[in-house]
Amino acid sequence: MKKSTMADPFAQVRKEKGFATVSDQDDPVTMMLRLKDVRKCAHNAKTFSSEDIPGRIVVPSEVNIRTTRQIPFEVDPPKHKGFRGLLDPWFKRPLENEYKQKLHSIVDKLVTENLAGNSVEVINEFSLVLQSRALTLLLNTPFEDSIQWISWGTHVFRSEGDALDGDKAQVLYDYLDEKLDQALANPTDDLFSVLLGAEVDGKKMSKEEAKGVLILTFAGGRDTVINAVSNSIAYLADHPESLKRLRDEPEIRGKAIEEFIRYFSPLTHMGRVVKEDTQVCEHAAKADSRISLCWASANRDETVFENPNEIVLDRKMNPHVGFGFSHHNCLGATHARQILSTLIDVLCDKVGSIDLLETEDNIEEWDDFHRKVGYEKLVVKFNPK
Amino acid sequence: MAKITFITTDDENITLEADSGSVMALAVENGVQGIDGDCGGVCSCATCHVHVKPEHMSKTGDASEIEQDMLELDDNVNEFSRLCCQIEITEDLDGLELTVAG
Repeated sequence: MKKSTMADPFAQVRKEKGFATVSDQDDPVTMMLRLKDVRKCAHNAKTFSSEDIPGRIVVPSEVNIRTTRQIPFEVDPPKHKGFRGLLDPWFKRPLENEYKQKLHSIVDKLVTENLAGNSVEVINEFSLVLQSRALTLLLNTPFEDSIQWISWGTHVFRSEGDALDGDKAQVLYDYLDEKLDQALANPTDDLFSVLLGAEVDGKKMSKEEAKGVLILTFAGGRDTVINAVSNSIAYLADHPESLKRLRDEPEIRGKAIEEFIRYFSPLTHMGRVVKEDTQVCEHAAKADSRISLCWASANRDETVFENPNEIVLDRKMNPHVGFGFSHHNCLGATHARQILSTLIDVLCDKVGSIDLLETEDNIEEWDDFHRKVGYEKLVVKFNPK
Repeated sequence: MAKITFITTDDENITLEADSGSVMALAVENGVQGIDGDCGGVCSCATCHVHVKPEHMSKTGDASEIEQDMLELDDNVNEFSRLCCQIEITEDLDGLELTVAG
């Protein structure tokens, strides 16, 4: 098995049963494993709600480390629609030429700096840096702000099950409070100020609601982007023929990015709270229990995808749910796609090959399921073209 | 060359010409409102949903099973629904009329 391979730990249970209940801080979660079931549950917000105690739909649960509701992520339709309608145009800005050019220079500079000949630890020295610098574009904040975000390291926002979690999360919440107070005092044209000046359904957005949008933007787009970027680099290092093909056939790059998102599934799953007694996969789901939509398993569903465990760079039909599905699909997807697209363009342009020197897998554990989601450590050497 | 007309949710009629590629790509390149094509045409995002003029269904053919599964959960689905990333442009499409599902 190659070092960049990401196995599918759900295959057998998905095929035999279609669901699995796993433990999480005394609030168990029934994971939905088949693509069709995942899609149906994602679409049915009335029965499978995102609007419960803040943090409860996240797995592992964040109820102990967060009281602010993430918006629009933890709001159900129809209220969700007003928030999403406000945010969508802002989060589609990565399609604008000026944004693309700025992102290109960020990626180009970072790749060029790392072509000097020394090895690079991708997670901390490349992906975290790229994610943080690119975030200044999404938020329309000064480039220098990324220095502080990089200094927080990779594990600042996530509940990892130890006593320090609350303190780690507080770093972000305190930062956002400070930035929002600054924006209230001196409005600019960044996302902080835009949110504080916005109205949703005729009502001015509160500071707490703005904070909810920003927590989502910071936390939701951190590990996921870092994993997507790092896993892409590991794959291309391990498969020089694929880097060559992407260089020779630029027309398949768009399809390749969707395939990376399917195969890597940077977010394993997302929860919902059951609002009324129902059944999932012929299994009783009680009101107030939790299910999760396992994007990672759905994306390897052998009844839908041919050769699900292979990266097929030009896969034509690819109905993946790597960015979620239905009304809560990923708000940052346009930004994420643009980052990957720019990265592939620059690597094809500047890098001849990538040596894979050292890897330490980042494995998530959901009871008996052990899923590689990325790397704790990934050392490579970029060789110039 | 095929002429294809898009009717947007604002009732704007846009007629475009092409001889190859997907209908979604044609719409996105020409900024047809309501056709986003976020996933680039791999049938993953359903942001290129159109309603085919009923008498033109024979030009486009039916949706594949994977496409139908996507459409089934879209709010504005009807029997004339297609994801236009899955419609390849050929001369046979000349005169096709599509309404953006919005």
